[in-house]
Amino acid sequence: MGVGQLPTTEFNDEELDDHPETHQDPASQPAGGDMIQLLDAQGNRREDPVFGPYVESLDPEALRAFYRDMAVVRRFDQEATALQRQGQLALWVPLTGQEAAQIGSGHALRPEDFVFPSYREHGVALSRGLDMSDLLRLFRGVTHGGWDPREKNFNIYTLVLAAQVLHAVGYAMGIQRDQASAQAKGQAAEDAAVVAYYGDGASSEGDVHEAMVFASSYKAPVVFFCQNNHWAISVPSKVQTKVPLAHRAQGYGFPGVRVDGNDILAVHAVTQWALDRARKGEGPVLIEAFTYRLGAHTTADDPTKYRTSSEEDQWRAKDPLTRLETYLRAEGLADDAFFEDVRRQGQELADSVRQAVLSMEGPSMEEAFAHVYSQAHPLVQEELQWYREYEAGFENAEGAGEG
Amino acid sequence: MTTMTIAKAINEGLREALGQDEKTLLMGEDIGALGGVYRVTDGLQQEFGEDRVVDSPLAEAGIIGTSIGLAMRGYRPVCEIQFDGFVFPGFNQITTQLSKYHARTSGAVTLPVTIRIPYGGGIGSIEHHSESPEALFAHTAGLRIITPSNPHDAYWMTRQAIECEDPVIVFEPKKRYWLKGEVNTEDPGTSADPFSAHVVRQGSDATLVAYGPLVPVALAAAAAAEEDGRSIEVIDLRSISPIDFDTVEASVRKTGRLLVTHEAPTFGGIGGEIASRISERAFLSLEAPVIRVGGFHMPYPVAKVEEHYLPDIDRILEALDRAFSY
Ligand SMILES: Cc1ncc(C[n+]2csc(CCOP(=O)(O)OP(=O)(O)O)c2C)c(N)n1
Repeated sequence: MGVGQLPTTEFNDEELDDHPETHQDPASQPAGGDMIQLLDAQGNRREDPVFGPYVESLDPEALRAFYRDMAVVRRFDQEATALQRQGQLALWVPLTGQEAAQIGSGHALRPEDFVFPSYREHGVALSRGLDMSDLLRLFRGVTHGGWDPREKNFNIYTLVLAAQVLHAVGYAMGIQRDQASAQAKGQAAEDAAVVAYYGDGASSEGDVHEAMVFASSYKAPVVFFCQNNHWAISVPSKVQTKVPLAHRAQGYGFPGVRVDGNDILAVHAVTQWALDRARKGEGPVLIEAFTYRLGAHTTADDPTKYRTSSEEDQWRAKDPLTRLETYLRAEGLADDAFFEDVRRQGQELADSVRQAVLSMEGPSMEEAFAHVYSQAHPLVQEELQWYREYEAGFENAEGAGEG
Repeated sequence: MTTMTIAKAINEGLREALGQDEKTLLMGEDIGALGGVYRVTDGLQQEFGEDRVVDSPLAEAGIIGTSIGLAMRGYRPVCEIQFDGFVFPGFNQITTQLSKYHARTSGAVTLPVTIRIPYGGGIGSIEHHSESPEALFAHTAGLRIITPSNPHDAYWMTRQAIECEDPVIVFEPKKRYWLKGEVNTEDPGTSADPFSAHVVRQGSDATLVAYGPLVPVALAAAAAAEEDGRSIEVIDLRSISPIDFDTVEASVRKTGRLLVTHEAPTFGGIGGEIASRISERAFLSLEAPVIRVGGFHMPYPVAKVEEHYLPDIDRILEALDRAFSY
């Protein structure tokens, strides 16, 4: 499987050996701290017999696209943060630091695959081709969703932690049934897969456990993609788990892989490998992307209350964008003109998103009543009728005042 | 027309739905080889296979949550929750996810998921096997809740719930699973609209609203009151969300008195909702306050005292006396 073969470079053992007390008896513990890395923090390529070939098959254009999307979504993130600071959004959930985990996994997907994000997956959304301003509707308070999940096979964000992980497994079970019924009819079966995104904190929720039991029992074509960004608001990941999260997969009977989440080449390779497996009917995989949230949890958060700036600095040195830039330049795959072009694209997106947000209007109460049920419902109709008359009363009163 | 029990009627309804649409599938604990702990799904796995009648892992959030994903993929899942008291591990998925998804997608996606829950007491069981949690779900917008009291309704409500584009919870009165009655599988008749209430006995002096397991009790109480010279109209509510207030209101305008009975505790219950709405709609027709006859504010009691907890004929007659004393 390729897991656990490589020593790591810039992650020192102490850092990876999350919970030393669990390793006192090495015989009873799975090896801790192994992590797939194909591009180190200095931008050097590393070999790997299993995952290396996935990188070999990437052409220079694909590598440049990785960089472009990471840089563009970081610029988008800055703009959304600014919009929140200016009172245009109620809240923002920044992704800075997690670009490689998201763009790398997002680029491994095919259009027919389906994504179940949590609420921070802006990079995955970009890779799915979503209109990025749609992501901000929820945060501006004009809708609880913002887009039709089926247009880009990208579900609306979910704020109840881990709930979407079960939906992902159910969707994957649906794919299996579609395949079986297509086969029975002698038709070609679509071999799609599903990815469920969630965090290290969310991994403690019971829904994740149930999702893994279902996925394993039915060998559902689903990839569990856990972004371990080390903090669940202010609670460090060691409160959520005593073993590397990837090791939990073993208990469910499918592979778990820890990947350097700041190394886009490794994330992309591992996700492709997991999706291939799922599509071939070999069942689920858990990927733990070992990464870091460089900024605040949300714009309402103050990370200085719970973590040190030296910790943040250590992780800044592992920045996924710098790392790929160094590699692209060293290999002669991108020049100043390219990076300038990327900067311009980021700025264009930021400008268009800003414009879109400023023009976003809330729905009417009529619309709020409209989608409680899909079929007519007498209580909703009665309350809507009452509301209309109540509102009309104000209009009449105003009219009377003016006259 | 055939005579069958409620359990058999639901079984037939499920069989019909499975046979008609290959996108319909059942999920639940022990529903396959065993046919469910109440045998409601008896024989269905044999007939339709393990992918259509799924013996799920023991995980209620898993059953509801994966059903949501299946529905997003175009399936029509029918979940069985083994007992009323065990729906709560799945409560989060029902109330925060299933109920709201249509609204959150601004109407783009519907989730036609059915959840069947055997509910109610009177079977002498141990804790968590006899509860009536319908009000906890009725408070959540986006869900529809129905409950049959006879085999004909049970057959049709099962099929109507599965056909409905919105999520539907069917509370099945487990104590009445073996109640027999005529079922017309060709024609729903007056049961064509699952969200309507039925006047099941005409009367002129008071209206008695009941649903699910208490409908036979309400009818028996009305028959007993008749001997005292009181003419009681009995309404089988059938739908708990939405509630057919029009039918209740029309009856109250005729009779002038209203009693509501359910097994669930009265506090914060469906009876209070009906009392309040009818007071608003027909205050001047009421000769007496609306009176509720329900369970007490306590955990569902042990089997040895449940006969004192559950509304019975005498408790309803006592409440009627109070209604007539104004
Ligand atoms: C069920 C639930 N409980 C609590 C919260 C409040 N909450 C929002 S985000 C968060 C931390 C999540 O951490 P993690 O899963 O690691 O994801 P991250 O935000 O770091 O990406 C908490 C506690 C919630 N949204 N849902």
